[in-house]
Amino acid sequence: MKPGSIAIVGAAETTRLGVIPDMSQIQLHADCALNAMRDAGLKPSDIDGLACAGESPTNIAHYLGIVPTWVDGTAVGGCSFMLHVRHATAAISAGLCKTVLITHGESGRSRIGALPRSILPASLQGQFEAPFGIFGPPTMFTIPVLRYLKTYGVTQESLAMVAVVQREWAAKNPRAMMKDPITVTDVLNSKMIAYPFRLFMCCLVTDGGGALILTSADRAKDFPQKPVYILGTGESVEGPMISQMADFTSSRAFRVAGKSAFDSSGIRHADVDHLMIYDAFAHLPLYGLEDLGFVGRGEAAAFVAERNTAPGGKLPMNTNGGGLSYTHTGMYGMFALQESVRQVRGSAPAQVKDVEVAVCHGVGGMFAASGTIVMADRRP
Amino acid sequence: MSERALPAITPETRHFWEGTRAGELRLQKCVACKHVYFPPRPFCPQCASSDVNVFRASGRATLLSYVIHHRPVPGFVPPYSIAVVELEEGPRMMTNIVETDQTPDALQLDMPLEVVFQPMNEEISLPLFRPSAPAAKSPGRAK
Repeated sequence: MKPGSIAIVGAAETTRLGVIPDMSQIQLHADCALNAMRDAGLKPSDIDGLACAGESPTNIAHYLGIVPTWVDGTAVGGCSFMLHVRHATAAISAGLCKTVLITHGESGRSRIGALPRSILPASLQGQFEAPFGIFGPPTMFTIPVLRYLKTYGVTQESLAMVAVVQREWAAKNPRAMMKDPITVTDVLNSKMIAYPFRLFMCCLVTDGGGALILTSADRAKDFPQKPVYILGTGESVEGPMISQMADFTSSRAFRVAGKSAFDSSGIRHADVDHLMIYDAFAHLPLYGLEDLGFVGRGEAAAFVAERNTAPGGKLPMNTNGGGLSYTHTGMYGMFALQESVRQVRGSAPAQVKDVEVAVCHGVGGMFAASGTIVMADRRP
Repeated sequence: MSERALPAITPETRHFWEGTRAGELRLQKCVACKHVYFPPRPFCPQCASSDVNVFRASGRATLLSYVIHHRPVPGFVPPYSIAVVELEEGPRMMTNIVETDQTPDALQLDMPLEVVFQPMNEEISLPLFRPSAPAAKSPGRAK
């Protein structure tokens, strides 16, 4: 894909976010898909490419009445949608389809029509991790952190600062689930989940969804919304077991995906006006800032504590409040992408001034997968 | 009663679980490139050679990182540690640190550990780790 040759022309979340016990998972996909089509002025019959995770593209195509010539069911966890964007740019460039719909819907909190969560006992994770009492992301994603803190002399107070700053952004966002200001002391006094992780360092669990529509930039000006151009993309995976992550202080998948996105877009770090880094837990933005090269190794905690990513800072990050305070259905990456689109369009609740280039970085599984998307308000 | 999740052995991992049942921690080593690796597979993940050997590891390790889980999980009494240890031979594995307090003070990163095997049923014994006995650290015993 040539930088700027594909654009996002439709973007929307589910009408409601948070607790939605009256909608099943597939209806959450449909609700945001219909909202995104309305945003783009399209009908299901205008869509010829479909990508989704959590539900099979077969289910979503049938439910929405779409006849696709291209589908992508890549499901590598919460960053699947970054990979869908990347794959869609390639598919449109190759002429496999013209207009791609990407959907996410998840009944993460109410568990209506949701898939069961289980680890197969014969899988490598089932044999070599599950017997030791792992039970959901708070017991896995968190394991590398004590090593990171010791390696770089970072304190638990610094980890707590990530949650504090993101709550400041959430306070500006009426749709955020958690808006009340919190202090470092509040975070460190919140309920212990898995030492050193306290409740406020862990993401929310919510219901909701989001959808995007992409097409070639040549057609983008025919749509009602301001186009958001894709400058560059990256993706990678490392492995399914947190115990086998090569370096507990840095994610290989982050580094590979991030470098690919920066290289393919041609941007430099100084060009970035707005940043989203998937924050299922408070340490992820620290790893992301370092592995994407915004700061040096071990420097991210001080960078956040010095308010560089806070409102008024030079690198506004996670401006919707993030998975920690805005919403987190389970596969949050779609909501990071939605906020990047809003910021580039100029329609975000906590709008950053003059966002020309935005970077959106996602994680899937427990540092298992990663996707990075660079967006811009104009073609290069 | 809810019980601890247990592995379902596969052909490629049988030697490992037969080893823990026999009181041995078994790893694999590539004959071609000397890479020692875990989890088990019948080829080297570094050079793809199928010429690999199974050998008995020392059972000595250090504590790489961990969490202390405070929420209920079938088969566990919280708080309990979920740890990743670095084996003397190089590979890392998930385990629980046992025979010591489940507290940050008792669980210091880089502390020396040794394997113990906990029988769960006739087929499965799990490799757990405990702080090394002081004797194991004495100069006379160290290699």
